[in-house]
Amino acid sequence: MNPTLNAVRAGVSRGLIELRQTLTTPMDLWNHVLPSVIYLVVLYFTRGDTVPGTAFSLGARTLPSLIGMTIVFSGLSTMMMSLAVEREDGTLLRAKAVPSGMVGYLVGKIVLVSSMTILNIAVILVPSLFLLDGLAIGSVTSWLTLAWVLVLGLVATLPLGAVLGALIDNPRNGGLAILPIMALIAISGIFYPLDGYPDWLASLGRVFPVYWLGLGMRSALLPDGMAAVEHAGSWQHLETLGVLGAWAIAGLVAAPIVLRRMARRESGSAVIARRERALQRAA
Amino acid sequence: MPADVTIDVRNLRMRYGDTDVLTGVSFTARPGEVLVLLGPNGAGKTTTIEILEGFRRRSAGDVLVLGADPARGGESWRARVGIVLQSWRDHSKWRVRELLEHLSRYYRAFATDRRPWNVDDLLVAVGLTAQAGSRISSLSGGQRRRFDVAVGIIGHPDLLFLDEPTAGFDPEARREFHDLVHEIADDDTTILLTTHDLDEAEKLADRILILCGGTIIADGSADALTRRISTQAEVRWSVDGTRYVHSTEDATAFVRGLFHRHDDTITDLEVRRASLEDTYMTMVRQFEAGRRDAAVREFSEVASS
Repeated sequence: MNPTLNAVRAGVSRGLIELRQTLTTPMDLWNHVLPSVIYLVVLYFTRGDTVPGTAFSLGARTLPSLIGMTIVFSGLSTMMMSLAVEREDGTLLRAKAVPSGMVGYLVGKIVLVSSMTILNIAVILVPSLFLLDGLAIGSVTSWLTLAWVLVLGLVATLPLGAVLGALIDNPRNGGLAILPIMALIAISGIFYPLDGYPDWLASLGRVFPVYWLGLGMRSALLPDGMAAVEHAGSWQHLETLGVLGAWAIAGLVAAPIVLRRMARRESGSAVIARRERALQRAA
Repeated sequence: MPADVTIDVRNLRMRYGDTDVLTGVSFTARPGEVLVLLGPNGAGKTTTIEILEGFRRRSAGDVLVLGADPARGGESWRARVGIVLQSWRDHSKWRVRELLEHLSRYYRAFATDRRPWNVDDLLVAVGLTAQAGSRISSLSGGQRRRFDVAVGIIGHPDLLFLDEPTAGFDPEARREFHDLVHEIADDDTTILLTTHDLDEAEKLADRILILCGGTIIADGSADALTRRISTQAEVRWSVDGTRYVHSTEDATAFVRGLFHRHDDTITDLEVRRASLEDTYMTMVRQFEAGRRDAAVREFSEVASS
């Protein structure tokens, strides 16, 4: 039996066990799904407004952008926070003490976070199909585009989340890392097209994955005519592939290096020191 | 390295910044041996254990654990090493059996006729059968430590590390835990444990190592260490209701003489040697006093030159 392959299998089952635990713990479920429910309410109330300069429903235009944003939020920040928290509480050290345990741990996390991301998307998307008008969901191409943007989005964001999680020493600082992500979302044209922004700010937004995930999802779910409202006047599939692909490669190269460095530093005394700090804060 | 040595440490050194934590630690351990590492706080016990576990890189020295350098152990080496970690709130949503079954999967790639443990047998061995379906967060302190031990031995390790395993235990939990350690050692598992409880050390150890000032200042059975510090024994007895105490080098001869003189009027006879606690305190104090003297000597040499 190949130890790595065995650990990958163990990791998949680990992810599924943790998925079941999340789905059966009301508090967890609430924390994970609440944002999606809020988005859904916003979409419902903006369904009657129109995108400036068109007769197209603002709610329907925002839906795919929100799906793109959910991939970043769910993929990147959940991955980041669980790594920071589980390093503090000793979960990672336990994985390190077991043969090929780190492989299993990471595979488990990828399975869990991907599943929760897809679930979150379903919570927004499925009711929207009934509530919103004007979505182009009748063709197979729409769903294929949604699938490749989703998969590429996860491959681009999960390793980045792992890298950030490995660099945060104290999970309570995780909130600080969420702020730049919020700022990024603000300059990525999720809620409003970037036309009103200064050029340099809009260009900055286009460096990061959020913009391209929003655009990719819009290209999947909106009628082709809506491409005219976009920055380049087209869906820019090649550019989407290029930028997301570049982030994916950067993340996949950096993650093993950063994670190995993080794992090397884990030890019983490191976990006990963090526990004492955490208990002091609590007291 | 001979096959019958589990741990072989020679001149191990560890330095953090300008501080030397370990200044030359050497010892060996044989299969099935229970080694207890004693020493004051900050003596480097945890550092030593973490280097042997492969969790910390050493500054210098030769270290072989199960025939390999722990810094380059690899996964098949890792499968033979058990580590009892102090759980806190990790895996709080997992159930006891669920996590043990999950962790045992990783050892299947390194399976032998006894590795990994059957989870049911393991639950019996650590006395958690009744808690098999409980969430880990609901376990009591004692149950949690036994669960930690179960995780540590699930791969049926050839070598097990226990860092202060019974801190915070009540006497009953401690007794149960000691029985468990004996059972594990009977299974040919070498055990290296640290503790501050000298009574525990005396009960569990085949051999005691005292780590002080970054080096091993004593290495031997509890009995041998005690004899090294004091060959005197204290004899107490009563004759006609009067209590007597006498210190002697040769307790056996003294007691023989006692019976010769008083015969069956002797009651409440006791022969006591120095306890491990006396021995430990004496050794650590002697070492620290010696180091102070050396420092004073060095200082006066510098001052007079």
